[in-house]
Amino acid sequence: MEQIKENSEPIISLENVSIRYFTGDFKEIGIKEFLIRKLTGNYKIREFYADKNITFSINRGDMLGIIGTNGAGKSTLLKAIAGIMVPTEGTVRVSGKIAALLELASGFDDELTVRENTYLRGAMLGYTKRFMNDTYESIIDFAGLREHQDRAFKHLSSGMKSRLAFSIASLVNPDILILDEVLAVGDGAFREKSEAKMKSIIGGGATTILVSHSIPQVRSMCNKILWLDHGSQIAFGDDVQGICDAYENFLKTT
Amino acid sequence: MKESKLRSLITKCKKYGFLFTELVKRDFKKKYKRTYLGMLWSILSPLLTLLVMRVVFGQFFGKAVEHYIIYLFCGNIIFSYFSDATSGGMGSLLANADIFTKINIPKYLFLFSRNISSLINFGLTFAVFLIFCIIDGITFTFAFFLLIIPIVCLIFFNIGAGLVLSALFVLFRDLQYLWSVFTTLLMYASAIFYTVDGYSPLMQRLFLCNPIYVYIKYFRIIVIDNAIPSIQFNLLAIGYAALAFVIGIFVYKKLNHKFLYYV
Repeated sequence: MEQIKENSEPIISLENVSIRYFTGDFKEIGIKEFLIRKLTGNYKIREFYADKNITFSINRGDMLGIIGTNGAGKSTLLKAIAGIMVPTEGTVRVSGKIAALLELASGFDDELTVRENTYLRGAMLGYTKRFMNDTYESIIDFAGLREHQDRAFKHLSSGMKSRLAFSIASLVNPDILILDEVLAVGDGAFREKSEAKMKSIIGGGATTILVSHSIPQVRSMCNKILWLDHGSQIAFGDDVQGICDAYENFLKTT
Repeated sequence: MKESKLRSLITKCKKYGFLFTELVKRDFKKKYKRTYLGMLWSILSPLLTLLVMRVVFGQFFGKAVEHYIIYLFCGNIIFSYFSDATSGGMGSLLANADIFTKINIPKYLFLFSRNISSLINFGLTFAVFLIFCIIDGITFTFAFFLLIIPIVCLIFFNIGAGLVLSALFVLFRDLQYLWSVFTTLLMYASAIFYTVDGYSPLMQRLFLCNPIYVYIKYFRIIVIDNAIPSIQFNLLAIGYAALAFVIGIFVYKKLNHKFLYYV
């Protein structure tokens, strides 16, 4: 308790957060099918908890790594933190501007040019027009897409798309940066550049959440760690090495 | 309390103003595919419909109805604005699912921006409509300014209908077929190319249950009859718009957080 008091207010805190998901028949069935199944009692919804009773808090400047196997509920948890999903139970408290880099390259518009997409994405991330006018050049330079800026987005390679997405989202100096497996973007040169950029964001006092399957990366970058398995919180704390060891043992035994 | 709500609304508008203009730009560019012909086509297409209707129905109704071409045009521009805004708006949420599952932004912006591009389209045909009025010897009076009432009503009506449709479309993908059948039926029930004069007074009243017919009639009262709609008629027009808008907001709010499960 005392330790918490010493630190500043937590910048992100989750209290007993549970997120329920629905799956089952309701997807992609039409109205007719829905009515028939409702009438015959054949309409079934299966609900499950993607995350159950997650409780943790992190402070300014922390770098949290979230680890866990596929389907552990990592991405869903990130969506709740980013405000995209509303938790079924519990509360999520976030103070500060979030830049969430979830599945970067999706959500761009193929028909628009690189320049138009950059502005559109910037607007979506909550930047102002003036900010975009000021930073547009540096975004394009950072992504290395100067020659391509008036080409249609669909003509870019997938590496270029990720580079652009990363550049737009990271050039804002957000308070909170959420990264979902994005360190693996681009070729070697860009990877180095993006890692350096992220380190400078983190060094600038931003709070970062990183979801990664690369344990060495988590070990070297994070100071706090959250381990999820099938929606449950297995461990949370600042003993990064210890929890990583336990996780690696867990992976070996299963 | 009220003031702070207003202030938060203003900051919200400021915050999302840039995004909104960017979305409108995107929809506009995609719609016209950056071609001049694309823009021209959105004027040409209603004119062709008008021409065909004039040729086909002119024989039957043309002699009995004064300014029949304008009579048709009133029905056509309003109905095509309605059907374009609603059928286009219906898909606006689902089409942007890739975005709102990754980034936290108000989803209704997608519908609003789609409605704006329909409105721009309507504005273009409305200009052509006014030119036709001049050619056909319609006398312009100050009452023409009252046309803003049905237009604003229609904007709200379309947004309300669009909110309901786009939300339901996420849940039920076959809604678009049902909706296209429904709009076709509604088209025939809107007295676009025929007059309701031949019907009994009761039937004529029943036509007023159709909001689109009310807006079309509003146009005709001003443009062709050179008259001003009664207070009751105005209230009916505004009432339909308010009702659709309120239902739209209600349905949207109720389903807003559920969309993510369906995409």
